[in-house]
Formats: sequence, structure tokens, C-alpha cells
Amino acid sequence: MAPEIANPIIRVRDITVQFGSTRVLDGLNLDVRRGEILGFVGPSGAGKSVLTRTIIGLVPKVSGRIEVFGVDLDATDSDERRGVERRWGILFQQGALFSSLTVRQNIQFPVREYLNVSQRLMDEITMAKLAMVGLRPEVAERFPSELSGGMIKRVALARALALDPELVFLDEPTSGLDPIGAGDFDELVRTLQRTLGLTVFMVTHDLDSLYTACDRIAVLGNGKIIAAGSIADMQASQHPWLRQYFHGKRARAVTGQ
Amino acid sequence: MSGDPTLERVARGNALALCATGAWTAHFAPLLERMVADAEKLAGTRANIFIDVSQVSKLDTFGAWLIERLRRSLTQGSVEAQIAGLSVNYSSLVDEVRRVKATPVVETNPVTITGMLDQVGRSMVNIGGTLVSLIDMLGAVLAATGRVLVHPRSFRLTSTVHHLEQVCWRAVPIIVLITFLIGCIISQQGIFHFRKFGADIFVVDMLGVLVLREIGVLLVAIMVAGRSGSAYTAELGSMKMREEIDALRTMGFDPIEVLILPRMLALVIALPVLAFLGAMAALYGGGLVAWLYGGVDPDAFLLRLRDAISIHHFTVGLVKAPVMAAVIGIVACVEGLAVQGSAESLGQHTTASVVKGIFFVIVMDGVFAIFFASVGM
Repeated sequence: MAPEIANPIIRVRDITVQFGSTRVLDGLNLDVRRGEILGFVGPSGAGKSVLTRTIIGLVPKVSGRIEVFGVDLDATDSDERRGVERRWGILFQQGALFSSLTVRQNIQFPVREYLNVSQRLMDEITMAKLAMVGLRPEVAERFPSELSGGMIKRVALARALALDPELVFLDEPTSGLDPIGAGDFDELVRTLQRTLGLTVFMVTHDLDSLYTACDRIAVLGNGKIIAAGSIADMQASQHPWLRQYFHGKRARAVTGQ
Repeated sequence: MSGDPTLERVARGNALALCATGAWTAHFAPLLERMVADAEKLAGTRANIFIDVSQVSKLDTFGAWLIERLRRSLTQGSVEAQIAGLSVNYSSLVDEVRRVKATPVVETNPVTITGMLDQVGRSMVNIGGTLVSLIDMLGAVLAATGRVLVHPRSFRLTSTVHHLEQVCWRAVPIIVLITFLIGCIISQQGIFHFRKFGADIFVVDMLGVLVLREIGVLLVAIMVAGRSGSAYTAELGSMKMREEIDALRTMGFDPIEVLILPRMLALVIALPVLAFLGAMAALYGGGLVAWLYGGVDPDAFLLRLRDAISIHHFTVGLVKAPVMAAVIGIVACVEGLAVQGSAESLGQHTTASVVKGIFFVIVMDGVFAIFFASVGM
């Protein structure tokens, strides 16, 4: 399997997750390096979102060990856990914005909870975050139901980044965006990773994202990581699913082969 | 981790340098905000102030913005305050926040008399709108019923049976239990007070008339409005939120026919059944208490009941039930379809569904009371 990485930001060891009698993840191992953008791919229904949710702690695991920022999440008390949660941000697949709060209130929600800062600073930071994710300031007073799909993703990203986390989980960030919007989003994630020194764990199906944004790619299949490495490693792999994925019609269109 | 942030004032030649050190991150935001507010007071006291950030060990958006805020307030006229010693790592972040424009101030409308009158006017218009939408829904449901009668194959039998199970069969235990208890209480109170002037036996008359004419159906209707009306609103509302109703429409289905008609029909069948069961349970409970507490034995109770009530009392009660069911159903469906995108809106409309449902049930009961009084039933 993949060689041991020194001091990873996420270390997942022998994770098994089971729903009823269906085993979704079966002894899975994964390391995420500090400061990288990891693209996470796999067939639909393979359990990519399940792994993400298991790491975050939303899905209970049968066995295994998860360390984030070097902290074993099973061995933490609630204060320590809150400390970890404050240092990561999550972009859910559907955005998961609070529908009864405006965009501004959505972004300020975690800030208000964790930091004791003035309303003025919160407003200014909100505007800065909105500008960073490429939204106009007028959007701030709208409700999530008044936003387009792409805007929801951007606002959700702004909320995930509200506390300047070190690690962000993005669950299919570019799905449902037009190619230009998706390209912008990749660019945005890249820029933010450079400026803020983020580590990004990105579940995606977007080949463009994999080629342009990701430093490393991990592939999930049969409840395990079947391959992890650079895009070149993926293209060189002989695994049938990977061959199909990276040499299929759409992949050829992306790489121009 | 890096040390606490500081902002020191150091004179350098004829210039004043504000030297930022330590970690300028969200974690220290309150402290940073205070330091920056202090330093902002220097604006205008002397020319040539610059910010030296070469000693900053860590910087995030909060820190970068506060430095930018300081820079802006130190900028006087056309002379821009400078940021010195910015490392390459952080320059893109600082550039990013530099592009942020000043926050537009959110204005809240002050409370005025015109504003209050405006609110009152709007509420009145809303009440009118509610009545219109209820009538509109009634019309739509009747039209859909007509279409289904012409084309019986388009009737959703499975769905109707499913809803019947939800609103009728599953409601039986709780409805029977509550009406049984109410019957017990009426009987006990009646005996307790009538006994003072030796009229114990009249409790049977009171129980019979009250339960069959009013309490049975009214109480059950209120419980059904709370139990099933709210469920209808929440179901339809969340379907509306996830665009499921739009999807139905685009596939050529009429949401009234597919979603609302089966629900309405289930309710219209369920309420008379539940009202009947409720009335029986209440009579049984009342009889039990009359026997155990008041010493009226079952034979005497039944004999007296036969004299006290006629079939009219029973019909009056049951005739009201389907009408009340229709009112509850229509209110619930109108509210469900009025749900907007947010969870809050779903909650508001579910509340409104139950409140309006119960209100209209009681209004209908009053209308029926006047009607039956004038026809002499």
C-alpha cells in the first residue's frame, strides 16, 4: 500500500463501516499530507461520502482509528473535539446552508459561536470571505432559497472558511456548476490553498478538477483505497476501473489525446 | 503554535513604524481588534506612519483584514499608509483583502405609526388572501373530483388507502383513549354537581346529548387537525421545498389529483369513522363512571339513554364530520403548498395549518348549530 507519510493531517487506519449487513468501508487506510489538495474519486455508491462523514464523525465506524491534526478522535473529550472541529471546515454536497438565515448570518454563525469579536469585524470578515469566493456584497442579505446552485456552493465554501480552518472537506464542490463556474471554483480552491495554506480533502467526479486542482488522487473501490498518487500514477495504473476512468472518452477529451 | 500577537510603536527616523509580531489569526481576533482600534487613534497625529509586518509568524484572513483596516484608517487624503516587510507567502492574502470594499451599512427601518398601520393593512389583505386561497383550493379539489368521476381510472386508490391507514387506522387508539377519558370526566363532573339537587340520573341526558351532538365530533376534529392536518402540511411543504411538486407538474400530473385528492378523501372518510368511535368510547367511559362513581347501573343507564336521545342527535353529530374533515384538509393543503424555501417557513405554515384548521372547525360547528336550531333538529 502507500508508503507511510510523516506527520499527516489526517491518518485513517483500518476503518470499517457497516450499514446493516452491507460493509461499505472495509479496512481502509488513508493519509492526507499537510497543505495538499487530495482528490478523492471512486464509482458512485462506493462510499466516498461515507468516508468523509466517518472522518468528520457523522457516521459511526465499526472499527479502526482516525487521527486528525494528530488527535485520535475516539480518545478526545468534548472540549478537545470542539478544538478540532474549529480547525476544519466542511462543504456539504447540497451546501447545507441554514435556510432561515441570510447569507451574512450563515457565514457569521460559526464566528459568533467560537470567537468573541465585534459585529463590525464580523461584517467586514463576511464581506472579505464573500469577495474571496467571488460573490458580490449584495448577496449578503439574501436567503439561501434566493440563490442559484453555484452561489449556494460558494456561500457554503465561504461558511466553511469562516474561521480560517487548516483543513477543508469538499464534497463534490463542482457538481452542478457550469464548466466555467467549475473552473473558477477549482482556481478558487487553488488560490485559497496557496494563500491560507489550506489542506483540502475533495471528493469529486470532475476530471478537470483532478487535472488542474489536485496534488494527489486517492481512488476508492471495494471499501478500500485501490490507488493513491499523482495524476500520472493514475494514468499509468493497470487497474481496470482506473483505466476506464482516466482513459475513457471524457478523460481523453480533457487531456486532448 | 506561535506566540501572542503584539503591535508595537517604534520610531524609525522621522517615521513611526507599527511593528506587528506573533500570530495574527482568528484565535486572537478579540485581542487583535483592540490593538488595532488603539493604533487607529494615531491617524492624523503625525505623518509618515507605516505598518511593519515582517515579524508576523502567522497570518489568516482575520489578521490580514485587521492590518488592512489599520492601513485604511491611517491613510490620509492621497497619502496611502504602507505595509512593509510582507512575506511572499502572505502577500496574495493581503492583496485579496485589499480588494474588499467597505461594508455597506445595513439599515433597519425604525418603528413608526405609518409602519404599524402598514402592518395592520397587510395583515388584513393577508386574511382576505387566505380566504380566497381556501376557496380556490376547494374549487380545485372539486374540479379534480369531477375529472376523477369522469375518468375513474385516474383515481389513486393505493395512495388513498395508504393515507386512510395513516389518518384513520393509526389514529384509533389515541382518539378512543382521549374520548374515553373525556366521557369519564363529563360524567364525573355531572354526577358531582347534579347530586346536590338529587338529579343524578340527568347526567345520562347530558352525556348523551353533549357527546353525540358536540363533543364527540368537535374533539375528534380538533385532534385530527393537530395530528393529520399538520402532517399533510409538513409533507406537502417539504415536497414543495425539494421541487417534487414542480417535477410532478412537468411530468404532466396534476398535483391536486395525485397528492391532494387522496389525502382529502382519506380525511373525509376517516373523520366520521373516528367521530363515531370517539362518541362510543365517550359514552362507554361516561357509563362506566356513572356506574362505579354514581351508582347508576348499566341497565338503568341504557334505559335512560334510550329516552334521552333520538337518532337526530346522532345524525347531527355525524353530518358535521365530513364537512369538518374537508375544512381541515383544505386548510392543510393550502398551507402546505404555500411553504417557501426555508425550514422556518415550513414551521410557520405547519403552525398556521393547525391553528387555522381548529379555528375553522369551531366556526363550522357554530354555523351548524345555528342551522340545526333553525331546522329544528
